[in-house]
Amino acid sequence: MDGPPLPNDLLPPALADWLARRHWTLHPHQREMLARAEEPSLLLIAPTGGGKTLAGFLPTLADITEHGHEGLHTLYVSPLKALANDIRRNLSIPIEEAGLPVRVEDRTGDTSQARRKRQRADPPHILLTTPESLALMTSYEDAARTFKGLKRVIVDEIHALAENKRGDQLMLALSRLQAMAPDLKRVGLSATVDDPAVIAHYLARHPDPCPILHADPGPPPDIEILKTAETPPWAGAGGRYAIPSILREVRRHETTLIFHNTRAQAELFFHALWMENAGDLPIGIHHGALAREQRVKVEQAMAEGKLKAIVATSSLDLGIDWGDVDLVIQVGAPKKVKQLVQRIGRANHRYNAPSKARLVPANRFEVIECTAALEAVRAGQLDGDLRLDGPRDVLCQHIALVACAGRFRADDLYAEVTSVGPYSQLTRAQFDECLNFVATGGYALRAYDRYQRLKEWEPGVWGLRDPRAARQIRMNLGTIIDTDTLKVRFKGRGGMPLGEIEEGFATTLSPGDTFLMGGQVVRYENMREMTVEVSPKPDKEPKIATYIGYKWTTSVQLAERIQEILSDPSHWSALPGHTREWLDLQRHRSKLPQPGRLLVETFPRDGRHHVCFYGFAGRNAHQTLALLLTKGMEEDGLDPLGFVATDYAALIWGLEPVADIRPYLRVEGVHEALETWLAGNAVMKRTFRAAAIISGLIDRNFPGKRTSGKQATFSSDILYDTLHRYDPEHLMLKITEEEAMRGHIDFGRVELMLETIGDRIDHVALDRVSPLSAPLFLERGRVPIKGRAESRLIEEEAARLMADAGLSLE
Amino acid sequence: MSGTKAFAFAGERLVALPSGALWWPAAGVLTVSDLHLGKSERIARRSGMLLPPYEVEDTLRTLEQDMEAVQPRAVISLGDSFDDMEAAVRLHPDHRAWIMRLVESVDWTWVTGNHDPAPVAYGGTPADGVECGPLSFVHIATDAGRHEVSGHYHPKASLRVRGRAISRPAFLHDGNRLILPAYGTFTGGLRSRDPALSKLMAPGARAILAGSPMVEIPMPR
Repeated sequence: MDGPPLPNDLLPPALADWLARRHWTLHPHQREMLARAEEPSLLLIAPTGGGKTLAGFLPTLADITEHGHEGLHTLYVSPLKALANDIRRNLSIPIEEAGLPVRVEDRTGDTSQARRKRQRADPPHILLTTPESLALMTSYEDAARTFKGLKRVIVDEIHALAENKRGDQLMLALSRLQAMAPDLKRVGLSATVDDPAVIAHYLARHPDPCPILHADPGPPPDIEILKTAETPPWAGAGGRYAIPSILREVRRHETTLIFHNTRAQAELFFHALWMENAGDLPIGIHHGALAREQRVKVEQAMAEGKLKAIVATSSLDLGIDWGDVDLVIQVGAPKKVKQLVQRIGRANHRYNAPSKARLVPANRFEVIECTAALEAVRAGQLDGDLRLDGPRDVLCQHIALVACAGRFRADDLYAEVTSVGPYSQLTRAQFDECLNFVATGGYALRAYDRYQRLKEWEPGVWGLRDPRAARQIRMNLGTIIDTDTLKVRFKGRGGMPLGEIEEGFATTLSPGDTFLMGGQVVRYENMREMTVEVSPKPDKEPKIATYIGYKWTTSVQLAERIQEILSDPSHWSALPGHTREWLDLQRHRSKLPQPGRLLVETFPRDGRHHVCFYGFAGRNAHQTLALLLTKGMEEDGLDPLGFVATDYAALIWGLEPVADIRPYLRVEGVHEALETWLAGNAVMKRTFRAAAIISGLIDRNFPGKRTSGKQATFSSDILYDTLHRYDPEHLMLKITEEEAMRGHIDFGRVELMLETIGDRIDHVALDRVSPLSAPLFLERGRVPIKGRAESRLIEEEAARLMADAGLSLE
Repeated sequence: MSGTKAFAFAGERLVALPSGALWWPAAGVLTVSDLHLGKSERIARRSGMLLPPYEVEDTLRTLEQDMEAVQPRAVISLGDSFDDMEAAVRLHPDHRAWIMRLVESVDWTWVTGNHDPAPVAYGGTPADGVECGPLSFVHIATDAGRHEVSGHYHPKASLRVRGRAISRPAFLHDGNRLILPAYGTFTGGLRSRDPALSKLMAPGARAILAGSPMVEIPMPR
């Protein structure tokens, strides 16, 4: 690499000499980071492999080397534990080789208790951590001492953190640090994003400005749809048809990463790959549901270059650097363009070398999705869906954590919180509501005066009533809500751990059912002490193929591009022949969706009547519309059973056919239905549960110890119903509604869509499933409707079970 | 009453109510088990978690509705009526008065449970168990029990409908034993598949799912 010689005043001799010995010069953005080290906030936007992390650390290394430092100098926060480990290894190279007097340590959930204690008493110069570990550190009584001399904080992968509540929690923690160390400088490191100003607003202390540095984005990525001899199916999610072509690519490259959108798909694909691979290529599997031991084994083999390919999910997404990946294969359409670009970053981590990626659409609809995604990448259009209003459940947790560290003045804390970008618009009344909730539970019936969590010790000064509560508050820290999972182990044989499955999936298993775990077929035996016991069952197709994994959504922009391609056959030239034929078939059998109109298909299948509408308005809007439609259908006795929504369409199924869809698609009726609908459906209850856990209403592991298995947890749905009935103005219900309005229901879009469409509804009644609706049958995230139809089915199933068991009904 | 489920047990006709109560028309006896009144208070006292303090009101409302519907001569509260002895005395004065009113209106028996092992000051008759015609009522099923109605386990049962598990509090009965679901609003459940229950219940046991619709299925094990 070359560039103008380095100005000596920016780097201390030890570091400059080390660079010279290695014949390295700094990238322009790395030099600029050094020159602007004194900016209160600075955001660097750089592509993966652009020396982003070193750019963040150079000012720290230079400052400590030149001026020395007692105690903690720089805090580095990243979303992944693994990233902290990785950075520590990478940083140790310049530090050791240049002999810099810098001590680096990491601190994550894996760090031992003794080491954590020592780190607080005698902190290293650079501490690498995660948002949760940082929040925990700020909650200790000695936090002010630990962070007193802190000069810099580096937030890595800030674009990823800013997308969710972990980022909000981190920014609240930074406001605490800023109060303890007023001169603290903030640095954000981000991959390419659509709207850097939004991230800058997120990072900076409000209302400080935050300058943005752009690194050279590097050469454009080499990315195409993989050409396969095989034809993709109409519907299907695994991409198994393409295995011969994928194996050919794996042989041609050094190391290939094969990404899937869900764990279940990764499992199925890996299993199929193993069958066809004939064992001659070393291939591993890696995803978040595997046991730690299994993952570490794969990670090691990968680092040692022993694997030709890894089948993976998002657990590998963020920039962990593992050797010479030269090809990324994405199976299934990338549901977000941004994810696609970041995944490409995994190949050829060398700056200035184009990254190579191939997309494998799993079905013909995905051919169109992939084509649209590629157009978006080429147009430099990334989907941004950042939130600017800080969620109040995270604020409640923050207030409780602040109280753990000691008494606080409510006025001071309010001022501090509103210095956080996402909370800058928070009113004092909204803040006080949260404070009251943390203190007393916030119930209209003031039942807990005796037990309240926070006490106003003197006017305006709050603190824990009972300091022992700190332990429980700390245990429940964090904003990631996992569904409850159960460990899976082999029965007998020392009980080797295999990984985890969702509790909901586990309850549907009967002894003898087979499913995939860690790339192998296993047989469900029984459940013992909240652990699922299985036995190996080689050479058999799994009976139950899938379990619930992550739900991915396409962005709305991508949905709009897809509609453009679909509606106009002149766009089809970019599509392969089989996909053009498929669309032709749709045109002849049914209709193509047209802009400004709404295509609705109805057809019977598998003993159920289906309604499919193509709104191209995003999954949240479709979900809301489907909930409202099914509500109307239930009232009219059409017995809807459930629905599934994607970003381009929704599919509803029920026991009776819908003759005329128009009455259910009137904007006036929709508005009325919203109020009652908000009162209680599966989506709202899910939202409530997350808010209740984050804000500290219920414990994460409530009721704690599942030792006896007796009288186990009662569901948060009961709490939701109880609050609705007896305390409808409670903060938790407000937060649930805020969250739903923000994230899940997209009501404004539904209204807009229905107003735009008016009477322009194309209702096509078919005698069987249409080509375009076929992929919807494989979508995950089906929402059941609790109504008459469910009752009918429960009664039928109960009667069948009794008859099978030879028991009589009275 | 609509949506109930009648069944035969020990030669008697019993009716399972959707709320989880057991109605014995011939004897005029309504039995409810595991009310766990005062649970939110106890949780606040013991763990610091401040749950919505409305479960006493909700449980009493349901019970009052059941009593109005079947007009019982006698009510048996089959143990764990209070979440602990302290919760029994810490109830809101309005709720205390409400309980007294219900107790005074019928022949009321408080069967002791593991959560409330001593008599409570709410009137009625305290007892370790009740014998009534061919049936005996205790909190926890006994090994030697014969035609025995009990609670304690908070049983629930599930059935699969179109790939989805529907799980509800359930009555379990096998001709000799009958286990009632928990009646209180803030009570969880124990799967019938749990060894504690599947070992207790004889082969051929059935489960009646509470709620709506009420259905009877072979007890899942």
